[in-house]
Amino acid sequence: MQTKLLSLSIIAGSMVVSAAQADTIRIATEGAYPPFNYIDESGELKGFDVDIAKALCEEMQADCEIIAQAWDGIIPGLVTGRYDAIVASMSITERRKEAVNFTRPYYQVGAALVAPVDSDIAFEPGRLDGKVIGVQRATTYANLLAGEYPEATVNNYDTVENHNLDLQSGRLDGVVGQAVLMQEWINEHGKGAYEIKGEPVLDVDYIGEGAGIAVNKNNPELLERLDTALATILENGVYDDISASYFPFSIRPQ
Amino acid sequence: MNVSLMIESLPALLQGVWVTLELVVAALLIGFCIALPTALARLHGNALLRSIAVSYIFFFRGTPLLVQIFLVYYGLSQFDFVRESALWPILRQPYWCALIAFSLNTGAYTAEVIRGGIQAVPSGQIEAARACGMTPTTTFVRIVWPQALRHSLPAYGNEMILMVKASSLASTVTLLDITGVARNLVAETYMPIEILSMAALIYLAMTFTLGQGVLAMERRLAAGRS
Repeated sequence: MQTKLLSLSIIAGSMVVSAAQADTIRIATEGAYPPFNYIDESGELKGFDVDIAKALCEEMQADCEIIAQAWDGIIPGLVTGRYDAIVASMSITERRKEAVNFTRPYYQVGAALVAPVDSDIAFEPGRLDGKVIGVQRATTYANLLAGEYPEATVNNYDTVENHNLDLQSGRLDGVVGQAVLMQEWINEHGKGAYEIKGEPVLDVDYIGEGAGIAVNKNNPELLERLDTALATILENGVYDDISASYFPFSIRPQ
Repeated sequence: MNVSLMIESLPALLQGVWVTLELVVAALLIGFCIALPTALARLHGNALLRSIAVSYIFFFRGTPLLVQIFLVYYGLSQFDFVRESALWPILRQPYWCALIAFSLNTGAYTAEVIRGGIQAVPSGQIEAARACGMTPTTTFVRIVWPQALRHSLPAYGNEMILMVKASSLASTVTLLDITGVARNLVAETYMPIEILSMAALIYLAMTFTLGQGVLAMERRLAAGRS
């Protein structure tokens, strides 16, 4: 009985809050996952997630307040109504769907093939045959190679750094890794020597659904507004402009 | 426990057994060939040879094998002159890098085992042999070495078993030994208990057989003693 009362009062409380703040949408992000969301030197929240959140608010013609929230409390904070949505590179998973609602994915980072600039390997039939490719053990990239390019020799490494070292030593013809991480590595260590070959693979079977915006289950209207706004910015070029200012390849959800 | 998964994983793991066996047997043979001259240099060499032997043992006994493998595999490959040298076709391959690290490591330990065995031979016997007119070489071959071998065997058996287990580190440089195969299977099936238990059983079977072999040899050598 007591728990029932308690949960009723929480629901009532969150209804009051959402009614009072109808024109201000509070969005939480983590602020510790560059380049997607981070706090810059002046203490301001920046990053791809933040830019997307702002673009969505503009599209919805709503006032938005974006706040930083530690990752481990980010879903409980949404459930208890401290903010209305989470835009924090949160992967859509079945377990999270039990607690919150998700919009359609707003980005998906593919599997990138990285190789020396003068190499002609590619994610194309036959182009990886007999090549030695490094991947991190227990990632989906090994499955991708085994499933789509069975003629490639796959070497498993404990860490991304280790397979990158072996790419530099020339033991590997290429490596497959998360596109954003690999791009950062190229920028830091291999500019001019290594590059991402072609477009990263975005096959949902291997890479997963992607990151979505989490919304309180009591707030289906906001979910619908966000989904509509997301569809619009994906259409009208706003999304592509933001994406292009961070990444030289597409992270558009499929 | 998913027993059928354990049984299904066996053929793949047994392929890893060959890599493990090859590495261990080769490393022990090469290691022994390094250890004997090192032990002799340590005991009877001039100052230069002795200090080389002491430093070699100091380094390879005093640092973790994992660090040694990484130094040979990832470390050497960082230098352009290594990549351009005639040795690169060998150092390029994880198999040879692991074998080099294992051999140098077990060589250092075995050198100390042999040194202990040689020093356990009573000096009176050596003096007696010299008094009978044997040259130092003859004394070593006929009097010291057979006894040193017998003294060293229990400790060397230990070192061989340690080598079998240490060979699992080959999986860190992409080799598909028993552990390497097991880790890949775990990543595929998300069933670590079943796969790793199976791998542990295979290692147990190998070390048990090896232990029995050493015991049998100890008995044989002891029988010839009387």
